[in-house]
Amino acid sequence: MKVCDLVEKLNLTVFCGEQGINNEVEGAYTSDLLSDVMGNVDEGQVWITLQTHRNIMAIASLKEVAAIILVKGYKPEQAAIDQSNEEGIPILGTDMETFEASGVLFTLLNEEKGKYGAF
Amino acid sequence: MEFVYEVEGGDFTKAGNASSAVKKTLKQLNVSPKIVKRIVVALYEAEVNIVAHAYKGTISVNINQDQIHIVLDDVGPGIPDIDLAMQEGYSTASSKVREMGFGAGMGLPNIKKNVDDLKVSSEVDKGTKVEMKTYL
Repeated sequence: MKVCDLVEKLNLTVFCGEQGINNEVEGAYTSDLLSDVMGNVDEGQVWITLQTHRNIMAIASLKEVAAIILVKGYKPEQAAIDQSNEEGIPILGTDMETFEASGVLFTLLNEEKGKYGAF
Repeated sequence: MEFVYEVEGGDFTKAGNASSAVKKTLKQLNVSPKIVKRIVVALYEAEVNIVAHAYKGTISVNINQDQIHIVLDDVGPGIPDIDLAMQEGYSTASSKVREMGFGAGMGLPNIKKNVDDLKVSSEVDKGTKVEMKTYL
């Protein structure tokens, strides 16, 4: 599954970093504690959070995540937008709360795995 | 080979820049991706510690055939009780820093998990030195 498929299926807003819209999605991680994300998110995963400042992009870039999803209608700060565009890591948005967004994404990614029998 | 980077205390807009530069260099030197990933986690945490707690610091990265040796040396308040600081969940970060999602008390434990050798030494009101070694 690609980032653009998530955008379509979950009706997400694409704030920035559109060059990365075809990034492959390997899974997801949900957390608002930056050290927790730093220590646990894997390359190619989507990161679900409510943090909107530029440091989320520093982490996204260092860990090479596929995209960031901001929950509850939050919008990224300008500095985060700028870095997202530079790095080609999309920042996406949804009005869903964290629990719901994680649940929907979990279901979607699990269906995908089932379809191709990858796991 | 040695590379040195400067880190400014308090400036969160630049937090991660040095880690990002080191990551690029390690990749160019063909260090295995698995090792690069671990070093990046440890180094970012240590860099953010300087930004969050110290006034300024330097990061020197020394690479030879057998190991990557990184030393972070800061001028700052120092750590009165290093054993306490190493405990997961212990943090002295300000509420402003915590609101940003930093300061969960996971930094030093994260560093320890991701390097082969960690040495933290500190002098109160002078600064802190973090040395991390990764064997290749």
